[in-house]
Amino acid sequence: MISISQQTWLQPWIKLARGEQPAEQLRALTKTLLVPLAGVAVFLVLWAVAAGQINTSLGAFPGPVDVWQQGGALLEEHAAERREEDAFYERQRERNAQRQAVDPSYQPRIFPYTGSATFIDQILTSLMTVTAGFVLASLLAIPLGILIGLSRTLYRAFNPVIQLLKPVSPLAWLPLVTMVVSAVYVSQDPLVPKSFITSMVTVMLCCLWPTVINTAVGVASVDNDLNNVSRVLRLGWLTHVRTIVLPSAIPMMFAGLRTSLGIAWMVLIAAEMLAQSPGLGKFVWDQFQNGSSDSLSRIMVAVITIGAIGFLLDRLMLAVQSLVSWDKSADLR
Amino acid sequence: MSHYLDISKISIDFPTPEGPFRALDELSLRIKKGEFVSLIGHSGCGKSTVLNILAGLLQATEGGVALDGKEVNEPGPDRAVVFQNHSLLPWLTAFENVQLAVRQVFRDSMSKAEMRDWIQQNLKLVHMEHAMHKRPDELSGGMKQRVGIARALAMRPKVLLMDEPFGALDALTRAHMQDSLMEIQRDLNNTVVMITHDVDEAVLLSDRIVMMTNGPAATIGEVLNIDLPRPRNRVTLAENSDYNHFRQQVLSFLYEKQRKVVEIPREPAVDEDDAAPARGKVAGLVDRLGRRA
Ligand SMILES: Nc1ncnc2c1ncn2[C@@H]1O[C@H](COP(=O)(O)OP(=O)(O)O)[C@@H](O)[C@H]1O
Ligand SMILES: [Mg+2]
Repeated sequence: MISISQQTWLQPWIKLARGEQPAEQLRALTKTLLVPLAGVAVFLVLWAVAAGQINTSLGAFPGPVDVWQQGGALLEEHAAERREEDAFYERQRERNAQRQAVDPSYQPRIFPYTGSATFIDQILTSLMTVTAGFVLASLLAIPLGILIGLSRTLYRAFNPVIQLLKPVSPLAWLPLVTMVVSAVYVSQDPLVPKSFITSMVTVMLCCLWPTVINTAVGVASVDNDLNNVSRVLRLGWLTHVRTIVLPSAIPMMFAGLRTSLGIAWMVLIAAEMLAQSPGLGKFVWDQFQNGSSDSLSRIMVAVITIGAIGFLLDRLMLAVQSLVSWDKSADLR
Repeated sequence: MSHYLDISKISIDFPTPEGPFRALDELSLRIKKGEFVSLIGHSGCGKSTVLNILAGLLQATEGGVALDGKEVNEPGPDRAVVFQNHSLLPWLTAFENVQLAVRQVFRDSMSKAEMRDWIQQNLKLVHMEHAMHKRPDELSGGMKQRVGIARALAMRPKVLLMDEPFGALDALTRAHMQDSLMEIQRDLNNTVVMITHDVDEAVLLSDRIVMMTNGPAATIGEVLNIDLPRPRNRVTLAENSDYNHFRQQVLSFLYEKQRKVVEIPREPAVDEDDAAPARGKVAGLVDRLGRRA
């Protein structure tokens, strides 16, 4: 999908390996690698020094070393939990096999493992929720954006409502969404937990708007010359939308989607925290309530993880954006 | 077939906040089949407006246009337009841009293979067969304009309408394009209406030059028959006395009879075709076209 040679930070390495202008490549390396690394190093030192000065009721604020250790510990707990799970199923299998040997008519039953969710489990839950909310929002926002972009009347009709709903914080939506989901989503054997639906809908409500607005603007700002070309060719409405309007709007549309995904991720953490629904937000809240000496370090691990995932999601959207954008001269960053 | 394209007494009023603005007033012109006609006039006099009415993109307030005996009242591929800014779809290759037009016009009368041949034939005509699969952002300005012309020709239009097709190109590229256009015209003998504000271009290419008066309420000032023999060669024509006489007549119309009074904008290089240029305090009599030359 993203060809390796396009990655700018890799390029000096590739050229160095090929033996092209070594001095030049070393200078490029300094710029692309050493300077950012130096920045990170300075930040770590400042963090370590500052952390030593801050004392909380749970002990000193964690420095980089504590956080690193807790990160390892969290991974280790995850591995232990998985071993526990495997062992649990293994024991059941053995027991069932024994009983069947004694009594062939015995119907074996497997009980599900109900261990606690580890840090890694919470990350995966959050990723799933954010994906679901974002996809749902996009499925609504793109068609809506196209419609209101094509029609001035529809745009005027929708605009006040969109402008009003756009700045609403997820925290304001959450109680309403929770109540509505509880009332509407009633099932004896739910396919997905209620909390998942609540977080997903909250995420969706908050991240709809950038995509709607950007798509509408992209659709509405088709070059007038291109519209004239379409009129001279007498393109039908559908062909006009497909061959002229949509491709024109794609760069704006993806810029909107990228903003939306960023918002979705931010909103999700807040929603999980407040609604106590599984995910990274809940992990942070649980650690906060737990209040052990490791808690602050663990929260810091979560903070860094949230940042890293947010960054990766943004890069992913950027890659998709530059893949679909016809305007290769545009400097996407 | 003497009057193929018949423009009779067209006037147009644009609505403005200060009431209707009459841009064109009772303009009439008859064009024969296979004739190459240039429209020349100062910026803002209404040349593009005439062309857009011929294309059907604008409706005349009064009067009407008939092409081959049928009234023109909406845009259509029988009046192909070459716009000043190429107006190719940036996400399609040169081939695909022409293909869009060919598919639309010939979907019932050509097979897939015939279409492909026809597209290639037209790109070859404008010397673009080597860059068929490049997208507009990989092409130079002149190449983009060539593809735009290929797209228009591929519609097999009754009239080819061109709005300053070479206006955005440098002088050398423009000369190449003019030669190409003469070559194509020799082969196809299309009916062409071309807007230009380049006097040499008008004399070199046209069978007739239509000179427009300044707006508002612009109309035709003079019409000049250019009966220079074809093929024409820009180098030998430079010493031809007829050629220089025609040139002189157009220049005299533009700079003496229709001398334009314009204030000097404080900022240089504001294109007149853009929105109202910034007016400076220094005002004077300036011949915009003269300054350009
Ligand atoms: N849509 C419009 N609304 C109002 N005025 C217009 C419109 N289009 C053109 N005009 C005016 O009509 C005149 C002629 O414009 P145009 O045909 O573009 O000139 P040219 O192509 O000769 O430079 C100008 O004064 C311009 O301001
Ligand atoms: Mg014009």
